[in-house]
Amino acid sequence: MTNLALIASSTFSPNLWSDLRDMWQYSFMQHAFETGTVIALVAGIVGYFVVLRRLSFAAHALSHAGFAGAAGAVLIGINPLFGLLSFTSLGGLAMAALGKKAASRDVQIGNVLAFMLGLGVLFISLYKGYATEAYSLLFGEILGISTTNVFITIAAAILILLAVIVLYRRLLFTSLDEDVAEAKGISMLGMNIAFMLLVAVAVSVSVEVVGVLLIFALLVTPAAIAQQVTKNPRHGLIVSALVALIATWFGLFISYYAPYPVSFFIVSLVFATYLIVRLIKHLTAQ
Amino acid sequence: MKQLDSPNIVEAINLSAGYDSTNIWRDATFSIKSGEFVGLLGANGAGKTTLFRLLLGLELPTQGSLTVLGETPKRGNPRIGYVPQRHSIDSDSNIASIEYVRLGTFGNKWAFALGKKAKHELSQAHKALALVDASNLARRPLGELSGGEQQRVFLAQALVGKPDLLLLDEPLASLDIRREVQLIQLINNISKSTGVSVILIAHDINPLLPVIDRIIYIANSKVAAGKPAEIVTSKKLSELYEAPIEVLHSSSGRLAVLGVEEAIHHD
Repeated sequence: MTNLALIASSTFSPNLWSDLRDMWQYSFMQHAFETGTVIALVAGIVGYFVVLRRLSFAAHALSHAGFAGAAGAVLIGINPLFGLLSFTSLGGLAMAALGKKAASRDVQIGNVLAFMLGLGVLFISLYKGYATEAYSLLFGEILGISTTNVFITIAAAILILLAVIVLYRRLLFTSLDEDVAEAKGISMLGMNIAFMLLVAVAVSVSVEVVGVLLIFALLVTPAAIAQQVTKNPRHGLIVSALVALIATWFGLFISYYAPYPVSFFIVSLVFATYLIVRLIKHLTAQ
Repeated sequence: MKQLDSPNIVEAINLSAGYDSTNIWRDATFSIKSGEFVGLLGANGAGKTTLFRLLLGLELPTQGSLTVLGETPKRGNPRIGYVPQRHSIDSDSNIASIEYVRLGTFGNKWAFALGKKAKHELSQAHKALALVDASNLARRPLGELSGGEQQRVFLAQALVGKPDLLLLDEPLASLDIRREVQLIQLINNISKSTGVSVILIAHDINPLLPVIDRIIYIANSKVAAGKPAEIVTSKKLSELYEAPIEVLHSSSGRLAVLGVEEAIHHD
């Protein structure tokens, strides 16, 4: 019986506290909340800079590179997370070498993206195991996350958050004003490499929750919402992380009662929030 | 602002710039004194921005020597304020202008500024905006501002570190004549009141002529530098552009240069 089917039998009761206690009895739900929390924070924070740098498409392409890596790892029988991390990191380094051109190289990036997806499909078809592996990579499967991956994800998240704290002002400067930042002595290549590696790790861990195809849900939409609601970058980081966090928690909570994928609920929640924010902005601007 | 041992803010001797073995321009010898307002002119691709990159320490000269603020140019010199030429500002950018200004002097620091440090950063940024008469723009997103307003914010960003030398790359581009004159006047007032030396890249010399102390022309790989009265003559400019250039003197003693655009297009 899958985890999704196991919890699908749960019904909503007026006593939320009792429901939460029941939910917490399942170790996979505990893992999902623990991992989902750190991943949402990381994706919300790194995603804020992705949107500022107009690298949404590049980040999306990185997740496809990760898909090929993860499918290759599944094929040779190692942890897919390692395949994800290695392929996204290599892709990130290549994009860092492109610098600000990465944001405007849609065609080249699109070509690599399509090839990586094709490579992933080949690896999956060569794999003689279950089709659920492919499904998990494409759409996420946080309810099936292993204890090992919980630890790897938390360790990666702590490293990313520490790196963002240390690099914050330089990341912001190079995101908003590359020419002046360079004149002020900041190495653009160094910052591009550091940032794209952060994105690579953030993408890799986010794939566990929302999958390759829904990566925008955690990495781009919460940041886009934050940029609509605040002009202050520090507040923007907090809003972006909170939106990703609340959507992930609610997605997990709703999925406890409904037999549908968690990633669907997360995507729907952030998308609805984005629409509402845009609508309010549009109405208040008139 | 710090006092310099040498009165010259910039000193170039037989300076040449280029890529690989090709010189974009060569044998430039000039100096700029503290508090001077300098116009840097020439056609597109003549190498005006390259001179800025040499002054900023982002590129090395191919020949000759260059001294900036008493030392060899170095990357990240906090005593230089820089406004690059920005081709387009993201109109979706919702970041407040004050945040851009703040980055001008604190953007290359590590981590977050907290408590008193954060307040100090913010107060410096507000002072810089006040200096360019743009305090009202502090909370407005840069993407929503007009071209003239954006230039004021960029100017504040360059001034926030209280520089000794200000490098402005085509700040007048895309401004109408009225805003062009207003911005030049503002920059001149700041230069006179704070003592900061200014080098401003422009295409048209005419709006700059009433305020500049010195002029640098780059054309046909040659560089001519000096006081406007020495450089802005028909003979000198015609030699430089290798085409007929007229310099008119009005009854009030003002100069106007004609024919540069045609000479550039003819090239």
